[in-house]
Amino acid sequence: MTNNYIIEAENLTKKFGHFTAVDSISFSVKPGEIFGFLGANGAGKTTAMRMLCGLSIPSSGKATVAGFDVFKQTEQIKKNIGYMSQKFSLYDDLTVTENINFYGGIYGLSKSKLKEKTEYLIDLLKISDARNKLLVSLPLGWKQKLAFSVAIIHEPKIVFLDEPTGGVDPITRRQFWDMIYEASHNGVTVFVTTHYMDEAEYCNRVSMMVDGRIASLDTPDNLKKEYNADNMHEVFVKIARGK
Amino acid sequence: MRTILIILRKEFKQIFRNRAMIPLIFFLPVIQLLILSNAATYEIKNIKFNVVDYDQSHFSRELISKFTASNYFVLNDVSFSVENSEESFKKNQSKLIIHIPKDFEKNFMSAGMSEVQLVINAEDGSAAGIVNNYANNIIHQFNIDMGIESSAKFDPVPAININYSNWYNPELNYKTYMVPGILVVLVTMIGAFLSGMNVVKEKEIGTIEQLNVTPIKKYQFIIGKLMPFWIIGIGELAFGLLLGLIVFKIPLLGNPLIIFMLASVYLVVVLGMGLLISTLTDTQQQAMFIAWFILVLFILMGGVFTPIESMPDWAQRIAYFNPIAQFNRAMRMIMLKGSGFNDVLPTLYFFIAYASVMMSLAVWRYKKTE
Amino acid sequence: MKRFFAFVVKEFKHILRDYRTLLILFGMPIAQILLFGFAITNEIKDAKIAILDFSKDNVTQEISNKILSSGYFLLYKNLNSIKDIEPAFKEGIIKEVIIFEQDFSKNLSKSNLANVQIIADASDPNLANMLIGYTSSIILDYQKDLSSGKSLPPLINTDIKMLYNPNLKSVFMFVPGLMAVILLLVSAMMTSISIAKEKELGTMEILLVSPLNPLQIIVGKVIPYFFIALINYIIVIVLAKFVFLVPINGSFALLVLESILFLITSLSLGILISTISNNQQTALMISLSALMLPTIILSGYIFPIENMPLPLQIISNVLPAKWFIIIVRGIMLKGVSFSYIVVETLVLVGMTLFFILLSVKKFKIRLE
Repeated sequence: MTNNYIIEAENLTKKFGHFTAVDSISFSVKPGEIFGFLGANGAGKTTAMRMLCGLSIPSSGKATVAGFDVFKQTEQIKKNIGYMSQKFSLYDDLTVTENINFYGGIYGLSKSKLKEKTEYLIDLLKISDARNKLLVSLPLGWKQKLAFSVAIIHEPKIVFLDEPTGGVDPITRRQFWDMIYEASHNGVTVFVTTHYMDEAEYCNRVSMMVDGRIASLDTPDNLKKEYNADNMHEVFVKIARGK
Repeated sequence: MRTILIILRKEFKQIFRNRAMIPLIFFLPVIQLLILSNAATYEIKNIKFNVVDYDQSHFSRELISKFTASNYFVLNDVSFSVENSEESFKKNQSKLIIHIPKDFEKNFMSAGMSEVQLVINAEDGSAAGIVNNYANNIIHQFNIDMGIESSAKFDPVPAININYSNWYNPELNYKTYMVPGILVVLVTMIGAFLSGMNVVKEKEIGTIEQLNVTPIKKYQFIIGKLMPFWIIGIGELAFGLLLGLIVFKIPLLGNPLIIFMLASVYLVVVLGMGLLISTLTDTQQQAMFIAWFILVLFILMGGVFTPIESMPDWAQRIAYFNPIAQFNRAMRMIMLKGSGFNDVLPTLYFFIAYASVMMSLAVWRYKKTE
Repeated sequence: MKRFFAFVVKEFKHILRDYRTLLILFGMPIAQILLFGFAITNEIKDAKIAILDFSKDNVTQEISNKILSSGYFLLYKNLNSIKDIEPAFKEGIIKEVIIFEQDFSKNLSKSNLANVQIIADASDPNLANMLIGYTSSIILDYQKDLSSGKSLPPLINTDIKMLYNPNLKSVFMFVPGLMAVILLLVSAMMTSISIAKEKELGTMEILLVSPLNPLQIIVGKVIPYFFIALINYIIVIVLAKFVFLVPINGSFALLVLESILFLITSLSLGILISTISNNQQTALMISLSALMLPTIILSGYIFPIENMPLPLQIISNVLPAKWFIIIVRGIMLKGVSFSYIVVETLVLVGMTLFFILLSVKKFKIRLE
């Protein structure tokens, strides 16, 4: 494997008993890329992502994330990545600043750095009025944006986003993607799963997952060309039907 | 170290932010200690009794007056039918019927032997046993008094004189006994439930995933999670002891430092158990139910309310592995008997071993990576 | 109505899928009743004692043997001097020391009087009482043997009749309390927590906007627990009746009806708790602190209420379990008919109505 890729997977597989959730997938992600994992619910996206994050040990295959092995070096991987899951990941009973300080502190950010980051984020998200409010009182869209900001607070090399825009209105989704672009622009590699096909258009490259396998992997434009489709939704339908 | 402090700060904030929980964690145990310690007593006074006196003699009245004169018995009703008196049992109005048959006095004087029947409401077996004891003591005393009056006529009888003394609690004050026990139960419950629900709560909400993906070390996580409850537990124990000393005037003959030394390890056992339950379950409901189940077994078999000596052999043997039984015993030893460090050393070793096992299991079961 | 049934079925499936909780829900009553039946008795067994015998003669030997062969006591060690007593107690193992005076046998035969002293560790007063009682009666027995054949002063004999529980089995007393605790636990605790859980996870809002009305939601959530509690109740009754031979002297139908009433009381209490708690932890702590310990200690389950100080006797009236325990003991042990327990039944009915009205009121406020 070369160092040109920040994530590399080769025949990565995860089995739960007799059920194969992820079936021998291989792909690689370049630094700074926005890499999308698309597929229906239950296609194996989340399982694949959890293996890459060091939350789940693969059954077989090979993979490295930021140069670390997903079998043996899960804790080193964790130092270099950010993660935001589809389940809400911040504490409802803590305030905005307390959440930032908690996660930032866990990643070992110094006090001055934490202060600087907090001010920056509150400014960025325009939530200075709500900084000392409990999270439970904030609208879902704000919470999601905050969760994303917290996931990259320690300036990781890669951020994994698992269905980050689930249940959010279209405007907030648009804003959310602006934030993703911003992060990507700053050199963070973004690995995102989604089942919203329109979001696939925002990715540099997408991999279409069906039943635990990667059915197709390319840029959105190439995929549309290949499948002779107007949009990604059509591409997906065609792939799912087996062309 | 800093990571642990950050987790600690977060945990404390969450505990104190839940307004509904603060009184439940801090005030209710105190109120319970105050109320329940008064309630948990086997001491029986004012036993209501009925009399069915078919003899109506001077002698029978004499016997009844012995009962009414004692501190234990209060006359409820006099009637001429045992059946009617049993009605009073059914209505929960009395516990004892003294049934004096006809010719009670005559038989005593002429045949040297007469009989009185005690009918006892034995719904509550242990209370019935005590009522029986008290009643028999009175009749025994009555026998002796009557015997002395006529003793000259009889052979001298060899007698063994039994003196007894109740050490460490001569007034047989139940509160002295119950306060340390109930305190142990309360501290254990708070510790086990709070720690048992804590980690599983993060699982249920989903935040555990977020924590697992951080480079946080297992030991940092566990110390940070358990420390708040350890501090709360020690604090409650201290406050409870103080209440016991001031309000209940419980003696503290031994060294309180030994109590806290034991308690500090004991709490690790309890919290480790809670944590283990937390790692084994998926929902708070499950966690608290398992914790409750284990605690009830430990409490009921821990010698807190009923003595371990009244359990069968196998149960006494099992009780040895019950941390509540051990701590309860040690607390009472130190407070009421003034036992020293060497007396509780085996208990300390036991706790250290227990805590190591619990913590290792919990650490082993808590997986950052599946 | 169809929707409602679908909802109840969903709730059932939800509970049945959680096999760990189920295991405990059904294992708990069995474990508790077996424990109470087998492990917790009123008899002393193998209490460890020490003997300090200054005389060491035939008589003291005989008395010691009699005490140690009774099954109640186990000799932990022989002491040699008064100084040894205190450390022996402090070790925490022995509960009683028996001291025979010097020349015990000589005194007994010469002057017809010998002294024995019993020292009990009264840090547990109940145990101390029992130990002294047992030891004394063994010694008195021995004394009686000595005086056989001699003419004795007149004597009143007592004929003891233990009504309702001739063998003084503690399980007779614990079964009614156990029923109360289990019904309360399953009904009040489980319902309050399961409703609080929906609130905590935000799913309550979703349910509330569904076509089901709030009453249906609450009833639907409560029904599965009603049945689980009922099954538990049957297990307890069967074990009590057939394993521990606790009698059911009164009407079985009456017992079941009263138990269902208490079940409804507990369920409505659970609903009330859930309306005042915003998350599972709070619901649990309220159920635990306000229900469990008081129910174990204050309701007459273990400690007789009439022994408590007057203020506590008054407080105990607030506990539904107290009334239920009186009812169950009445029906099972004393075989009373309904006319004896009218008041208790009415109290439970009143409490139920109170809980329901209060919950409805609280619930409405929340919805507005």
